[in-house]
Amino acid sequence: MSLMRQYKFEIGCLVALVLAFTMTQMGLNRFVFFAGFAVLQYAMIATAWNILGGYAGYINFGTAGFLGIGSYTAIALINYSDASIVEQIIAGGVVAGLLGLGIGYFTLRLKGVYFAIATLALAIVVETIVNNWDFVGGAAGVSILPARNPELLGVLVVHKKLGVFSNYKEFLFFLMAALTIMSVWIARTIEKGKLGRGLNAIKDNEEAAECMGVPTLKLKLITTTISGGLMGMAGAVFPSYLTFVDPPTAFNLEFAVNSLAMPMIGGTFTWLGPILGAVLLGTVQQVAIVTISSELNLLILGLLLVIFVIAAPHGFLGWFMKKNKR
Amino acid sequence: MSEVLLNIENVTKTFGGFTALSKVSAAVKKGERFGLIGPNGSGKTTLINCISGMLQNNGGSIIFDGKDLKGLQPHQRTKRGIARTFQIPRPFHSMTVIQNLQIPLEFVSSSGTSQKNISEEAMSILEVMSMEDKAHHETSGLTQIELRKLELARAIAVKPKLLVSDEAMAGLTGNEVDEVLEILVKLNEDGMTIIMIEHIMRAVMQFSHRIICLDAGQKIADGLPEVIVKDPAVERAYLGV
Amino acid sequence: MIAELFVNALISGLLLGGFYAAISIGLSISFGLLDTVNIAHPTFLVLGAFLAYILNSEAGMDPLLAGVLMTPLFFLLGLFIYSVYYQFFEKTSAEALRGLAFFFGILFITEVVMIMAFGVDHRMVSAPYANGSLGGSILGMELSVPYRMLSVFVVASIMTLGLHLFFSRTFFGRASRAVHQDMLALSLMGVDPIRVKRIAFAIALATCGVGGALMIIMIPIEPAVGRLYIGNVFAIVVLGGLGSISGTLIAAVLLGVAESVVSTFLGPSWSPAVSFGILLGVLALKPSGMFGVGDTR
Repeated sequence: MSLMRQYKFEIGCLVALVLAFTMTQMGLNRFVFFAGFAVLQYAMIATAWNILGGYAGYINFGTAGFLGIGSYTAIALINYSDASIVEQIIAGGVVAGLLGLGIGYFTLRLKGVYFAIATLALAIVVETIVNNWDFVGGAAGVSILPARNPELLGVLVVHKKLGVFSNYKEFLFFLMAALTIMSVWIARTIEKGKLGRGLNAIKDNEEAAECMGVPTLKLKLITTTISGGLMGMAGAVFPSYLTFVDPPTAFNLEFAVNSLAMPMIGGTFTWLGPILGAVLLGTVQQVAIVTISSELNLLILGLLLVIFVIAAPHGFLGWFMKKNKR
Repeated sequence: MSEVLLNIENVTKTFGGFTALSKVSAAVKKGERFGLIGPNGSGKTTLINCISGMLQNNGGSIIFDGKDLKGLQPHQRTKRGIARTFQIPRPFHSMTVIQNLQIPLEFVSSSGTSQKNISEEAMSILEVMSMEDKAHHETSGLTQIELRKLELARAIAVKPKLLVSDEAMAGLTGNEVDEVLEILVKLNEDGMTIIMIEHIMRAVMQFSHRIICLDAGQKIADGLPEVIVKDPAVERAYLGV
Repeated sequence: MIAELFVNALISGLLLGGFYAAISIGLSISFGLLDTVNIAHPTFLVLGAFLAYILNSEAGMDPLLAGVLMTPLFFLLGLFIYSVYYQFFEKTSAEALRGLAFFFGILFITEVVMIMAFGVDHRMVSAPYANGSLGGSILGMELSVPYRMLSVFVVASIMTLGLHLFFSRTFFGRASRAVHQDMLALSLMGVDPIRVKRIAFAIALATCGVGGALMIIMIPIEPAVGRLYIGNVFAIVVLGGLGSISGTLIAAVLLGVAESVVSTFLGPSWSPAVSFGILLGVLALKPSGMFGVGDTR
């Protein structure tokens, strides 16, 4: 019993994974998986963003850049080789992680505001390069054909009758669930560990942290790499999910706004915040796109961000905990 | 008592065209209580920023415990045994008092020991400061003297050989000044070398074995407190005559 | 032939630089002097451009006149935004980054509202000086300068120099500079630093009236185009040295020339990479700017 309590979180992760798998075996409407994938992807991106933004206090406006480079790494791999989706995800993560390390190395000596502007600049530079790179479709975009009857480790993954999943959307949904759970696990491990405490000290007062023996630059570099890498992995699944990708889609500013708004609305100080924000905001958006209009949906997103930044600076969770304390 | 712990040799620091420190030299001995005085803008804070590594000096060298500190980041200097406090307290405001101490304890002195040991150690430092009842308080509710003591406690947590205290008593009442002085003397008696930057003359005169005085980035006096206080150059610097 | 292309690129780059100065100067004031990172500035310029478009297409008003008429409106908007910003972020000394997130949200909302109101098509204005070009042959080279760029350059220069004089010569201008360095000294002189900041911020935003008009005379506009200008304006302000208006001018001309040369020889699709690339380079190498003594806080 005490063992169960000790590994409560890990057990929770496992249950969530099994639940996601069960959903794919129930023959549900495809829209469930299409919308569910979007919400999960947002949860993963928001979690990745929060590792740097929430724990260390460094705002990244360039989410779209990391996501986009993950997507386009996957596209390049599809064009060059017959790499499986798992290989695409790993490659996307590595490339985006290296990008994170690079931008971190060049700009983290600067204080927060400059870092934020630099990340925005980075996203646009990457987009411009992709726009001019015809091999991955350039400005016109590129269509992706999902592999027919893909196998992983000798197991037939997707096949109408014989596969583990009966269609591609279900498979991608499960894959995204696994990635999201992994990201949350990573975020929580960081938060509860020495790295997380060091990042919190950086967020509170970077100079004091440095003088108290915290190797601030090193911790920040580790964090930009992990955060960027996770975003890249989330991006690498994108081409297979959309089957058509062009730069405006892959580098959409919406990603930057969402990845920032979700943790801020949920609460940036703990792993649960971004998840909560992503589920709330992501679900609202998926419903709003269908029932209202996509512009109005974006307007709601922007207004919510501003309202929360003003009225509930510690997000939903912060507001809730404060209320409970009293 | 004669061994030199910190040797500052011809240290120069310029910002653009402005010279904040010009060839300042001083030797701080092991176990010494060393006072650093000077009017506002004389370069005191710049000098301790060069010692702690927050600034890199353009000229001269700083030798600590026999090793040149050149190019070392602040956290590396902290690990070698230099701790500092800030003029304006800079607590980690999202953490409780005891968590504030856990940062230096975890990152410097007891890397590898368990969270339980770290908490115990933090608690014993708070006892030295007679702040154990505030351990689980937020830093936002602390009084001025408590913030100053937290600043000191955090610096002590790295178990430094050299403690640089930057105006740890500014804004305190007479009794509170005595309380902080008492703590510093106690630390010194336990073997810590201390550099005190202070505007409160009574405190720095009473505390220091030896004092140097900076003015406009240059060292203008170096000697025993009773000599410094009568030094005409020091008088001129302070009174602007 | 190459020389001719190059000289043409140089001239249009210079003119482009004048335009860049006009759209950056507001940010130079709010970011450089007031430490307020108004990342939404370019989006407000686009808003100004669209308002000029409406007045031009619906009422047949001259776009520059429209820009001048909109100036007080943007001034009021600036007063309002700064009041909100001060109340919730500066006064409570909230993390600067929350303020940044606030402006980011404002950017996004403004953009979405414009998309809802005007759609995503490119719009342009008509004005007598928007067509034709001044051409001639010098030293055997065929040079040509569009009137639209020339007129934008003239107006932009007047506006930039006027603001430069205002901020360097008047008491209010000097007070705004002091706000950056020494709030206490100002209060002792009987000046309310918050009021100075509020008005200076409003002036910064007021430049979006004429700036927006210049923008839509210069190029066709769609709501999301503001984002691309974030790179330009921040590159210029940072490159010019924070808070240095003359530095901003020099940086604007440099960037204009660099962009014009790159787009002539590599193609216009590369031009966003120029400004953002320069911005990244400056931030990485010399964040205090090339022409100023700003700090990197």
